[in-house]
Amino acid sequence: MSSKYDVLVIGGGNAALCAAISARRGGASVLVLEGAPKFYRGGNTRHTRNMRCAHDAATEILTGPYTEEEFWEDLLRVTGGQTDEVLARHMISESKDILNWIVEQGVRWQPSLGGTLSLGRTNSFFLGGGRAMLNALYLTAERLGVDVEYDAEVTDLVIEDGMFLAARLKRPIRGETEIRATALVAAAGGFEANIEWLKQYWGEAADNFLIRGTPYNRGSILKMLLDKGVQEVGDPTQCHAVAIDARAPKFDGGIITRHDSVVFGIVVNKHAQRFYDEGEDIWPKRYAIWGRLVAAQPDQIAYIIFDSTVVTSFMPTLFPPIAGQTVAELAGKLELDPIALEKTITEFNAAVRPGTFDHTILDDCVTEGISPPKTHWARKIETPPYLAYPVRPGITFTYLGTRVNKEARMLMADGKPTGNMFAAGEIMAGNVLGKGYAAGMGMTIGSVFGRIAGREAAKHARN
Amino acid sequence: MHGTRILDEADRLMTVCNSCRYCEGLCAVFPAMEMRRAFSDGDLNYLANLCHSCGACYVDCQFSPPHEFNVNVPKTLAIARAESYAAYAWPRALSGAFARNGLVISIVAALSMAAFIFGFAAVNDRNVLFGVHTGPGAFYKLMPHNAMAALFSAAFLYAMLALVMSVRAFWRDISTPIGGRADGGSIFQAIRDAGELRYLHGGGVGCYNEDEKPTDRRKLYHHLTFYGFVLCFAATSVATLYHYLLAREAPYPWWDLPVVLGTLGGIGLIIGPVGLFMAKLRRDPALLDENRYGMDVGFIAMLFLTGLTGMALLVLRETAAMGPLLALHLGAVFALFVTMPYGKFVHGIYRFAALVRYAQERRTAA
Ligand SMILES: Cc1cc2nc3c(=O)[nH]c(=O)nc-3n(C[C@H](O)[C@H](O)[C@H](O)COP(=O)(O)OP(=O)(O)OC[C@H]3O[C@@H](n4cnc5c(N)ncnc54)[C@H](O)[C@@H]3O)c2cc1C
Ligand code: SF4
Ligand code: SF4
Repeated sequence: MSSKYDVLVIGGGNAALCAAISARRGGASVLVLEGAPKFYRGGNTRHTRNMRCAHDAATEILTGPYTEEEFWEDLLRVTGGQTDEVLARHMISESKDILNWIVEQGVRWQPSLGGTLSLGRTNSFFLGGGRAMLNALYLTAERLGVDVEYDAEVTDLVIEDGMFLAARLKRPIRGETEIRATALVAAAGGFEANIEWLKQYWGEAADNFLIRGTPYNRGSILKMLLDKGVQEVGDPTQCHAVAIDARAPKFDGGIITRHDSVVFGIVVNKHAQRFYDEGEDIWPKRYAIWGRLVAAQPDQIAYIIFDSTVVTSFMPTLFPPIAGQTVAELAGKLELDPIALEKTITEFNAAVRPGTFDHTILDDCVTEGISPPKTHWARKIETPPYLAYPVRPGITFTYLGTRVNKEARMLMADGKPTGNMFAAGEIMAGNVLGKGYAAGMGMTIGSVFGRIAGREAAKHARN
Repeated sequence: MHGTRILDEADRLMTVCNSCRYCEGLCAVFPAMEMRRAFSDGDLNYLANLCHSCGACYVDCQFSPPHEFNVNVPKTLAIARAESYAAYAWPRALSGAFARNGLVISIVAALSMAAFIFGFAAVNDRNVLFGVHTGPGAFYKLMPHNAMAALFSAAFLYAMLALVMSVRAFWRDISTPIGGRADGGSIFQAIRDAGELRYLHGGGVGCYNEDEKPTDRRKLYHHLTFYGFVLCFAATSVATLYHYLLAREAPYPWWDLPVVLGTLGGIGLIIGPVGLFMAKLRRDPALLDENRYGMDVGFIAMLFLTGLTGMALLVLRETAAMGPLLALHLGAVFALFVTMPYGKFVHGIYRFAALVRYAQERRTAA
């Protein structure tokens, strides 16, 4: 291992590994510094399942087509237009090739098995999930001669006039605490695991947030870069947040703490009051709004309430539902006011109009005369046992990031591109995702910009 | 609550996996699990016997230890699987043989070998035991063919009976409706899946053994062992037919069918078990059911001994070593037969039954 590398990659997830592999294939010597221990390598990527890519025709693993234009429209819809159109369109067009490129790096796709997720057209699924995908990327990177250090948290960056010079480590590796490199790729994730930082925007409520992914994405690299004059992008309060089981661990509970039962029941807050139309749109399109909705409720807690008729309509859950033979008994177990909960359910039931229930489409089961309404899939909750899941906001990742251009090169506050600093993945996701989210885009952003960042960094280093 | 602690743990894991499903493309266990929301003891024993211990779902799982969810499917299913062997053993009185299996098997093996040596010595005089015998019927100077045939048929038939009774009990527990019949198509599918070890490949890249880098060698060694065993069995069957139908007496020349089959089989039974043993030594302890180490090694050792003594007999059959080697070989084969229903051999039978069940479920679901 030499003490100076062509390209230094900070991070150890999808974006970092795509960058490292692409830089190495571009002829550069590459070092990856992963702050986490080996088991936790790869941050949030460990928890992923799929990736969204445009494609012109059906393949072995995807039904199709999913055109660039349609991807763009989906992105436009979820972000409400808050996206950098040039970058986004560039990413979408590059995503087509990523489907194959990633396979060349040893990653395997799984034939879509149907199941409970209806994403067989837009998203490709990793065989064995995100950790399997990461294992394959690490194997390839190591085979190509990329050096990797674990437990190697970067604590400082030496940057002069927009030029990266060196990174400092908390733990000396092989006698060195300072690593110099000709180019930098920052792929160290967002700041979602940094509760103190979240509190700056969310106040004390952030104490009640659960972090779905790695505890190692504390945003330290992002902060250093912004402090040293890199231009910031995105609204710090915007993030991907879903409602997850309140019994989940504070960090790293992953995918299995989610609930997709909202459309089958009602959601109440700690005062046993409904607060939003549970039937607004089909899961998973609306899956990502409930995190924010719950975050806005008192004590950041809510309860999905349904009855025994629908338990087999959604994915089995890690934590069993809390059950009561009567609404009052259930309320007791949830520590809600039984009278208030009974009133809410009675009023809701009275407002339900007959219709033909079909949870795969926006059906005609609606309520009338209550606020908020339930505009689809409204059915009476009346068959005991009554069941509930307590939910809290589960933060997936944050959108505040570093501004980049099409080369994944960071821009300084004055708008000038930096000489040798590139960013990929969550740390620059806010360029594309101003708000909202569509399943699988996190990995697209990481792979596409990771590959570009690695290529450009190698090009710079070898000039 | 289940019958045993390991089934409770298996139930916990299947609940975790069922809400995750990332591994559904890796093997048959996960799709089978997805067909259920709650798991009976029989379901868990079925899933445990569907698992081929390829290790992929451990290496791929984001919740493996040290994660607090502590998900270790291969190890949990390995323990549950081993416990299921004892639970379904016939007669029940002998199910204890699984508890200290390595010891039981080595004692039975040592006793049978000794019995053959002493038997040969007692029935024949010294000169016969250590004499040089060649040509057809040479082996029967030491033990008459009919005695040999009677003894081994009895041992073999007993083993078959015990195995059939055990697997019947297992099938009752895993089939729906209870005791439901298996159809031909599913059996055929299961023969193909078992024959190619379809699910011992970590989802395509090979088996995971010492680390997160997959290699396919366990599958290769398993194939050598299994097909080696089958070839040896075929050699014995052909020889029996030769004897009774053609009146041709062993030993046969090297180019004759029983010897060719036996030689190929013997080679498989030497390389295969050694390879499996080495793989076991290297295997990440996190994936191993240490308590069953004795059972696995005992079975591997029996197969290896059978192969080795058989090959030694072939090479040295025209020397004075023939008598003792024949005693050792017959002792090994005898011990292998009588311990079959009470050792690792049953894994093949139960796994096959589980594969039949899986094929059947797939057909009904389709
Ligand atoms: C439960 C869950 C499920 C998800 N499912 C999907 C999905 O199916 N599809 C999808 O597209 N997206 C999904 N996402 C989002 C996706 O995980 C992220 O968008 C993606 O992983 C980001 O990749 P990344 O490489 O930028 O960051 P990460 O994979 O999070 O990697 C960041 C790395 O930086 C390291 N690091 C942080 N600070 C330092 C430091 N100072 N020094 C050194 N290293 C540091 C971390 O240890 C980590 O390895 C999911 C997220 C979660 C939490
Ligand atoms: S082993 Fe882990 S990754 Fe695989 S299905 Fe189970 S919980 Fe999910
Ligand atoms: S066969 Fe492999 S992937 Fe399947 S459960 Fe067993 S160890 Fe896991």
